[in-house]
Amino acid sequence: MKHSTFFWFVLPSAFLMLLFIALPVASVVTQSLYTAHEQVLVTVENCGPFGCKPVTSIDQEATQALNADKPLGKWAGLDIYKDRNHLAFSEVASAWVNVDGLPDFGKTLLNLPFYKAMAFTLTYTFVVTPLTIIFGFFIAVAVNSVAKALKGPTIFLTLLPFIVTPLVGSLILFWMVDARGILGTGLQWLTNNPDLSVKASTPLMWIMLMVYGIWHAAPFAFVVFYAGLQTVNSESLEAAMIDGANRWERIRYVVIPHLFPLVTFVALIQLMDNFRVFEPIVSFSAQAHATSLSYAIFNDLGGETRLLSSAAATSVLTIIGIAILLSPVLIRTYRDFSKPS
Amino acid sequence: MANKATAQPLSVKFLATSFLMFWLVLAAFPFIWTLWGSIKVEGDFFSKANWANALFGGMTHTETGGSFTGDGYYGAFVEEEFWRAALNSFIVCFFVVTISLTFGTLGGYALSRSTHRYAFWFLLFALIFRAMPPITLVSGYLLPFYEYNLWGKLSTTIIVLVAINQPFTLWMLHAFFKNIPKDLDESAMVDGCTRFQAFRHVIIPVMWPGVITTGLFSFLLAYNDFAVTSMLLSKDNQTMVPKLASFLGTTQTKGNVMFAVAAVVSITAPLFVMVMVFQRQIVSGLTAGAVKG
Repeated sequence: MKHSTFFWFVLPSAFLMLLFIALPVASVVTQSLYTAHEQVLVTVENCGPFGCKPVTSIDQEATQALNADKPLGKWAGLDIYKDRNHLAFSEVASAWVNVDGLPDFGKTLLNLPFYKAMAFTLTYTFVVTPLTIIFGFFIAVAVNSVAKALKGPTIFLTLLPFIVTPLVGSLILFWMVDARGILGTGLQWLTNNPDLSVKASTPLMWIMLMVYGIWHAAPFAFVVFYAGLQTVNSESLEAAMIDGANRWERIRYVVIPHLFPLVTFVALIQLMDNFRVFEPIVSFSAQAHATSLSYAIFNDLGGETRLLSSAAATSVLTIIGIAILLSPVLIRTYRDFSKPS
Repeated sequence: MANKATAQPLSVKFLATSFLMFWLVLAAFPFIWTLWGSIKVEGDFFSKANWANALFGGMTHTETGGSFTGDGYYGAFVEEEFWRAALNSFIVCFFVVTISLTFGTLGGYALSRSTHRYAFWFLLFALIFRAMPPITLVSGYLLPFYEYNLWGKLSTTIIVLVAINQPFTLWMLHAFFKNIPKDLDESAMVDGCTRFQAFRHVIIPVMWPGVITTGLFSFLLAYNDFAVTSMLLSKDNQTMVPKLASFLGTTQTKGNVMFAVAAVVSITAPLFVMVMVFQRQIVSGLTAGAVKG
């Protein structure tokens, strides 16, 4: 394809991505280096019947003018990254000196908003991703063995948790584990503890969020593995059997190696999606027990005072995080492409 | 399956079937339960006294006189004007899908036919963009959108969703176009077509399966989005998902959690129909990137 034809064909996509993805990233980085203006204060002599007093008040007009003049705020350098809500350098340094032992240090870190969000995001990503793959694999194997007529309905039901809106899916589960819902009551009965409430307990909340994550993503892994199973070469299976491999060995040495490239694919997509975990925290109103990086940004942006700079700094840190997470994959893709094939 | 290598002994079959049963209940029961609960009153949906109330509707009987009630739906759609959100969702999804596919087919086709190195770099950057959580971009949009008075409009959100959708659309359509033989359009060009004419008259007629599948996923992304729509739409322009989230904030205190339940069912219903009609396409779409490499 000629350069100029290629250019015209990709122009609309490239333009949109440049304008609404690349540029905002630049804008986020810039924003994170600025901080909101302080309010302009004026001191006036306030004279009453008992003499004159100097009174300090906010000059609304001047503040507004300043904000309109420089909407980004004032230059702050890396200060926002260093403050308590982000990397919290001084708090971490003082904790390092003052606490006794590593567990205590960890506890102090988890009280800082950014590290708390980071801890949950990483735990979620690295627990949910492998479990999704394993669970999806087993569903695929099970569906593969049902009668042909039942396959359609089975796949339909299996797809539901994946297709449904994340906010809605997590809300449905949340209502069921509510202390007055069917699963919540069931849990109370099982543990014989009438006061048990998922809402009130941090470990239970973490577990529920991860259960939701697996419930939501397992169908995706299932579909990919199921398609992979259709292409397993039955001749190699037979050959393995003739060579004396039992059922488990056939799965271990024929089926799993065949599916392995798919595992990398599912893992890649899952790492990206789990790292942005966000909606379930909104639905579960879990912010007191678990926050994620995405939720922290959402929280800064919402509400009365939009903390743009704080949200921007968290966004930059999140993007750096995802870049580190995906760097092995990107390097491999690059190598695969560079190899003469 | 007469094949001996794939035949299963009874114990394995039993194990597989019971696991599958367990999973199917896990996958489908929450939806059935919520659908059933949405036509009850709150006292039954969240029953302190007896969980079986939710099944038989004891409170619903005492409060409304019937076994079922449409109060939740009435409250959500009429009192809280959920229909407006449904209409907005429809507008957003329609335009996001149309624009995404138009831009995506052009770009995806070019990427699948170009042998130059920059096509690879283009795809790699698209992959990086795909990996970025949408909410990180939102914090970059707000200030410029306020400045230029673009915030809160449906059209702004549509364009933003199209842009966020592009990396995925490009990857998927690129994979589909790779499977359409090059000879097809090249022979048209030998016959004197320009590249665009070849695309228009030869490729477009055969690309529909891929386009429909990609369109389904664009639709899902626009329909399910919460991060972008909740931050970029004003209250009047909200689509269904952010509207549902606003129910959670305001009406839960008023005791109208049933509005939210009705909204949840209303959001889920179109998705059910979609999966029923397009199951094949969804399955083939999910595997397109994976199986073919």
